[in-house]
Amino acid sequence: MIDPIFLAEAAVNGILLGGILALLALGLNLIFGVIDIVWIAYVDLVMLCMYLVYFLVQVYGWPVWAGGLASLAFGALLGVAVHLLIISPILGSAPVNQLLATGGLLFFLQSFATFLWTTDHRSVRLSLPSFEVAGIFLPLTRVIPFAISILALIALYVFLTRTFVGTAIRAVSQDREAMSLMGANPQWIYVVTSAVGGLMAGLAGTLLIFQYSVHPFFGGQFGPLTFMICVLGGLGNMVGAFVASFIMSEIISIAGVVWSTEMGYVIAFVVFIVMIFARPGGILARRG
Amino acid sequence: MVGRALGGALVVLLAVVPALPMAGMKQYVLHVMIQILIWAFIGGAWSLMGRFGLVSLGHGAFLGLGAYATVLLWNFYGLSPWLGGVVAVLLTAGLAAVVAYPCSRFQVVGHYFGLVTLAVGEVIRLLIVAERNWTGGSLGVSLKPAGGDSVVAVQFADKRVFYYAALALWLAGLWVWVRVDRSMARSAMEAIGEDETAAASIGIHVTRFKIGITVLSAALTAVGGVAYAQYIAYVNPDTLAGIGVSLRIVFAVVLGGMYAMAGPTVGTALTIALSEYLRIAFGLRLIGMAETIYGFLLIVFIIFLPAGIYGSLRELIRRRRPTPVVA
Repeated sequence: MIDPIFLAEAAVNGILLGGILALLALGLNLIFGVIDIVWIAYVDLVMLCMYLVYFLVQVYGWPVWAGGLASLAFGALLGVAVHLLIISPILGSAPVNQLLATGGLLFFLQSFATFLWTTDHRSVRLSLPSFEVAGIFLPLTRVIPFAISILALIALYVFLTRTFVGTAIRAVSQDREAMSLMGANPQWIYVVTSAVGGLMAGLAGTLLIFQYSVHPFFGGQFGPLTFMICVLGGLGNMVGAFVASFIMSEIISIAGVVWSTEMGYVIAFVVFIVMIFARPGGILARRG
Repeated sequence: MVGRALGGALVVLLAVVPALPMAGMKQYVLHVMIQILIWAFIGGAWSLMGRFGLVSLGHGAFLGLGAYATVLLWNFYGLSPWLGGVVAVLLTAGLAAVVAYPCSRFQVVGHYFGLVTLAVGEVIRLLIVAERNWTGGSLGVSLKPAGGDSVVAVQFADKRVFYYAALALWLAGLWVWVRVDRSMARSAMEAIGEDETAAASIGIHVTRFKIGITVLSAALTAVGGVAYAQYIAYVNPDTLAGIGVSLRIVFAVVLGGMYAMAGPTVGTALTIALSEYLRIAFGLRLIGMAETIYGFLLIVFIIFLPAGIYGSLRELIRRRRPTPVVA
């Protein structure tokens, strides 16, 4: 039998992982909900941002906050670029083409990163103290990113519910045609959404580089999980995605300790498949 | 008529390829051709579903299950791939039915269907990696050599044997495609693809057709997986299961055009030729450059040729041809 302290530690690690997953999923879910296209390459954009922070902080010696701000700006620019160059021309195409165009971007980014930076794993290590609560060690390098990601989620929530642009974004995600009839321009909303989604990718990249090492195939580690959280939470449903992130991270973390890392992911994916059938509108959807 | 004559000429040409003099390049040309034929067959199997709006991003699951089941049955129990292949195809068909039934029952379509199948693909890949005592984990596993040519073990040193087998497989795939294309099932599936509720209202058994086409597509994909594993004699979870290979199958088909019989073949031939060319052009210099160009071209093709290369060409020719005047 497994010592309960390991399970408790796994549960705490699950919560910390959940914060990061929530950040990844919310950016993608925003885009998914508003533009109705899955950016298969979303986590690969995060990978680029991780490289940026790595080079700025580790190689050029920038302070962490400056590297983070640069990553936010870079992420937002990437988001806009992806929208204008790839998504915008195929908005009217069949859904399969839309999926594949961003899938092509995934191949492109992975191999371009291999070309530029080889497949070496790189990471930025900060030496911050750990503290202990009830026998469980909490490294500050994981607690601080968790806290920042929760703050960012609150900020995103406030942006979407309390500002004019945020309200417009939510309106488009609810009914695109009605918005056009009201005289709003969805194209502009799409660009803003992509920028905000990219910004979230930049933030996720900044927080992830201090915990995980980056390599060109980093996207494969979190990509599928991120789409699944979006769907599990319900398309465009921010609160749902948030809850789903923690469900998935706890499954992965606890099953990872009890069986193996791969089995953790297998169980999480099976839960996802079953949940799609049981609650197709997302875990928080009202039964229709 | 012209199309039929051209098709016949192509088959004859393909049949004599191994007899053509190619200096020292023969083994390489045959190797590339075998790959194209097998992957075109797999692409064709995918398009059986894809053309009706059932866009699966998890065909790697069927491919991997088929290939691994056959290889493991041979390696551990000495079961001939002829029998092992049958077991593998049945297993795969079972998996496909288990996935397709709830998808159809709960009307999981579009993005959702894609993501469910993607999850299935990842589950199979992760299970292969997790069961490393059996499967060799992410290192993959080699087919146990039978020691020389063997029909029972489906192992041959001569590439020509595999070439003709792959050619036969490919032709069989096209035959299935035509059979589906001309059947009642096609009209029914098209109606379902357009509007499920409307199709059900005129008496089409939606669930039955959807499960049927999914099982057929998955079973053929497993056959392709078995063929590929026997030819390469090595299986690896990253090349035969998971997102990477699933997306590559879809890419090739969409690139060629999934609504035409020749589409998957044209797309597969082009993507394999392109990646072989880039691989040779760059070799060990500039690692990653070949794949970068490949990814870039995929994006460009999808943006500018949404109906696929073959599909767009056919449309172009049709538009050029003067429309018959109805008197």
